[in-house]
Amino acid sequence: MNIELINICKTFQAELVLKDVSGSFDVHSIAVIGPSGGGKSTLLRIIGGLLTPDSGTLKMDGEIITFSKKYLHSYRRNIGFVFQSRGLFEHLTAMENMLLPLVHAFGMAKSQAIEISSKLFERFGLSDEKNKYPFQLSGGQQQRIAIARAVAVKPKLLLLDEPTSALDPEYTAEVLNMLGELQNDGLKTIIVTHEMGFAKNACEKVVFLANKQIVESGDSSQIFKHPQTAELQLFLNKILEWKV
Amino acid sequence: MKQTVNKEPSLVNKAASAFIVAVVMIGFLWFSVTSIGLELDFSTLSQYRQRLWEGFLMTVIISLASLIVSLIIGSLTAIGQNARILAISYFCRAYVQIIRGTPLLVQIYFFYYIIGTAWGIDNRYVAGVVILSIFEGAYISEIIRGGLASIDHQQYEVAKSIGLTPAKTLQLVTFPILMARILPALTGQFASIIKDSSLLSVIAVIELTQTVQEISADNFRMFENYFFVGVLYFILTFSVSMLSRVLERRYNHEYRVNQYL
Repeated sequence: MNIELINICKTFQAELVLKDVSGSFDVHSIAVIGPSGGGKSTLLRIIGGLLTPDSGTLKMDGEIITFSKKYLHSYRRNIGFVFQSRGLFEHLTAMENMLLPLVHAFGMAKSQAIEISSKLFERFGLSDEKNKYPFQLSGGQQQRIAIARAVAVKPKLLLLDEPTSALDPEYTAEVLNMLGELQNDGLKTIIVTHEMGFAKNACEKVVFLANKQIVESGDSSQIFKHPQTAELQLFLNKILEWKV
Repeated sequence: MKQTVNKEPSLVNKAASAFIVAVVMIGFLWFSVTSIGLELDFSTLSQYRQRLWEGFLMTVIISLASLIVSLIIGSLTAIGQNARILAISYFCRAYVQIIRGTPLLVQIYFFYYIIGTAWGIDNRYVAGVVILSIFEGAYISEIIRGGLASIDHQQYEVAKSIGLTPAKTLQLVTFPILMARILPALTGQFASIIKDSSLLSVIAVIELTQTVQEISADNFRMFENYFFVGVLYFILTFSVSMLSRVLERRYNHEYRVNQYL
């Protein structure tokens, strides 16, 4: 799958968040890294069809995404999205959260949806949590269920917006293990993350976003060893300073 | 090791506490009544039972009709307060502010004798329901607006991301979350409608209070009449609060959880 960004701009209340972001990426697994406020989440939301850019073009496998209401509606169904936190519906159990998109967005029969959901719960060791509400689940369980819900519909692409930044290290490992497993199955992912270990070891490519633009991108095996730009060198030095 | 267990209070404890409260309340009432030498005689009321029943029914009908109309007014103006068209937004906000800032009695006189006369609304029952609905609608509007504002915006973003249409989002996400949050306040408002309907007696809507005023002019037993009618209103509002408990449980997802634990 190929994603092409051409001069994407986005402002929020007169503040420029993305400035002429351009680039072409073959997606297998991409990690988007960079300082907070650099526009990572905004870019991910634009790719996911949740935000409309002010200008610029987004192409997916050569097809232009038009950002019209009707187009976006079907486009979003092919893309899974996992939020930083609170990504489950608070009034529904884990199982009901899984069933909702299958039944009400994809029109699947309930029995079939239950079967698919049960299999996913079992695979990821969440069967005991089926009937619990989000407030009864740990942060890690909530995120794993949110990921399971996103992949239940077999999306073409899974987008994750800092899925572990609200979790403690133990839960972070839980979630990242699950993601690594899904990536090995061939699921295409773009993840915004502060987990450099995951970006380096589990993702093929890394995109470094800072100052409203893509400053550097490349293979993860290279980019951490030989950062080219001064910005990335500074960023890596800063965040790796306290590494064990 | 000592463990703390949250236990339900025992039956004896419950019964004794209820008994003490009842004794204190009834004792206070009895003492007050006897100290002014009042002798209550409710027997004269029985001859008016047909009229009381009709008044009671009228109060129920007016309250139910007002509940429905005020829910519609409240929902529309709650959404309208945040409308993009500024004129609609201003209109809804002005409505809520003015109605909530003036007494119902003033509104009844104003709407019935000025607006109602000007627009030729003769039927005082229709006028009564409309006036009461306009009044309660402003309060319901604020309840709904507050409920909507309390819903985490991310819930809508999640709905969007899984491909729900706006209509499905309203039905499956917004409505159930909103109901769980505003139901207690909403049923409280319904109890208010029942009580506030008594003020419609000033435009001679023959509901419970007006009936009792007419009876009082006939048998001169003011205390008994109003005491009795107070009990009738309480029966109505108490039923509403019981009903609300049942509904709250249905919508409260945390209660549903207990079935699994």
